[in-house]
Amino acid sequence: MKRIYLDNAATTYTNADALQAMIPFFTNEHGNAASLHSYGRIAEKAVSEARAKIAAAINAKPQEIYFTSGATESNNWILNGIVRNCPHKRVLVSAIEHQSIMETCAQLEKDGYIVEYIKVGSDGLLSMNDLVARLSKPASLVSVMTANNEVGTIQYINSIASLCEQRGVPFHTDAAQALGSIMMNVKEMKIDALSLSSHKVYGPKGVGALYVRDGFKVDKFMHGGHQERNRRAGTLNVPGIVGFGAAVEITMRDSGVNNGRIKTLREYMISQVQEKIPNVYLNGHKTQRLVNNVNLSFAGAEGEAILIMLDMVGIAASTGSACNSNVLEPSHVLSAMGVEDGLNQSSIRFSLGRNTTREDIDYVVVELVKIIKRLRSISAVKAK
Amino acid sequence: MYNENIMKIFKEAKNAGMLKGASGVGVAGNAKCGDVMKIYILVEGNVIKDAKFKTFGCVAAIASTDVACDLIKGKTIEQALKVTNKDVLNILQDVPAQKVHCSVLAQEAIAEAIKDFKKRQEREAKKNAK
Repeated sequence: MKRIYLDNAATTYTNADALQAMIPFFTNEHGNAASLHSYGRIAEKAVSEARAKIAAAINAKPQEIYFTSGATESNNWILNGIVRNCPHKRVLVSAIEHQSIMETCAQLEKDGYIVEYIKVGSDGLLSMNDLVARLSKPASLVSVMTANNEVGTIQYINSIASLCEQRGVPFHTDAAQALGSIMMNVKEMKIDALSLSSHKVYGPKGVGALYVRDGFKVDKFMHGGHQERNRRAGTLNVPGIVGFGAAVEITMRDSGVNNGRIKTLREYMISQVQEKIPNVYLNGHKTQRLVNNVNLSFAGAEGEAILIMLDMVGIAASTGSACNSNVLEPSHVLSAMGVEDGLNQSSIRFSLGRNTTREDIDYVVVELVKIIKRLRSISAVKAK
Repeated sequence: MYNENIMKIFKEAKNAGMLKGASGVGVAGNAKCGDVMKIYILVEGNVIKDAKFKTFGCVAAIASTDVACDLIKGKTIEQALKVTNKDVLNILQDVPAQKVHCSVLAQEAIAEAIKDFKKRQEREAKKNAK
């Protein structure tokens, strides 16, 4: 059967060149980057090179990059490392953050901290008025994701970070979905901390990074050895880091060509679906969105049923986010955007990738027409 | 996530559709939880001659209502009221824990359909008495 992968926001495949770059560090060059002998030095050199590549991609200095196990750890680290030792005991995050921010905030709330959720509009853009109002009182941190993983809306990070800087509140952004899709410049954008994940940019899973601006103090989260200049303990995942560095370098090198092509396909898919299927709604901002994100609500057809039927014909997509697939509640992102429950439960996210073709999209549209027709014909809810 | 048996029931959904001239219709669930089920019953005398469903919901919800229709067809109203979500689960086999509520909703939809049937009967009786 034909297989089409449109779930690149959950994870991408690992780029072949990035994979090749990793292999020696599993075998001949298997040294621990903290060891003093030649094996260790070779591993450490490879880690340094990867660090420099990642730093260059966001205009940071290499020493501002700390390797982690992924954006989830980076997000846990920044929240715990700032909020727990700040006298204000108050943190502001957007209402549409990833679970790794939301669940960490839930834990902070249990521990007596105040977490406030900044509103977003129906397009997923942060309400600047709400942010300004909430910044009138002291806070220990503001965290707003650069681009949303479910609906793809890209925030005006420049403006948000500037407001935070004016009020003297540190600003963190989860850029896991954004890297490669939009240009990130931590210096120009005045970002104090930023989370990244390797497997969203065609690198291996299980590795990511936290950028922390020089001079910005963040407490340790992982305790143990003195790795990462004594700020993040744990033996470095050398092959993963090498693959991450290579993947980022390739992503940045090819972003112009790839993004243009993928964006054209995104627009083609949205227009084809809306032309061929009635009562379909695009979730998220129409233009201010990730090049590869298509999030649609098919009124009258339930998301999981659509997903399973797509899978039966070889098409991989997602409801909300992969992290939500075992949860019954409607997506908190769509709820925060004011999408009503029925349409919320009818949403499907397609995330295109570097190997997506126009033929793939044509096939998906043909199958979608059949699936939605079938599900609507047996649905207890009218499509409107 | 789902076993082959559930997938087969979901794919076929042989009881899906509207039942013209239904004697009772029951609705259960809501859009917030992601499942809305409608069960239609055709009653002759005291026996459910036919049952159909329309469901907005996940694979487990659609399969649950399809099985529920099978379970009540040919049964008397009294027998049908004794059908529980356990009976539905027994036929589906290995339902993921978070989807067990779908079978509960299916039981609710049966009860609602029978309630509606009885209400219509009473109305009819009153009209005839006049």
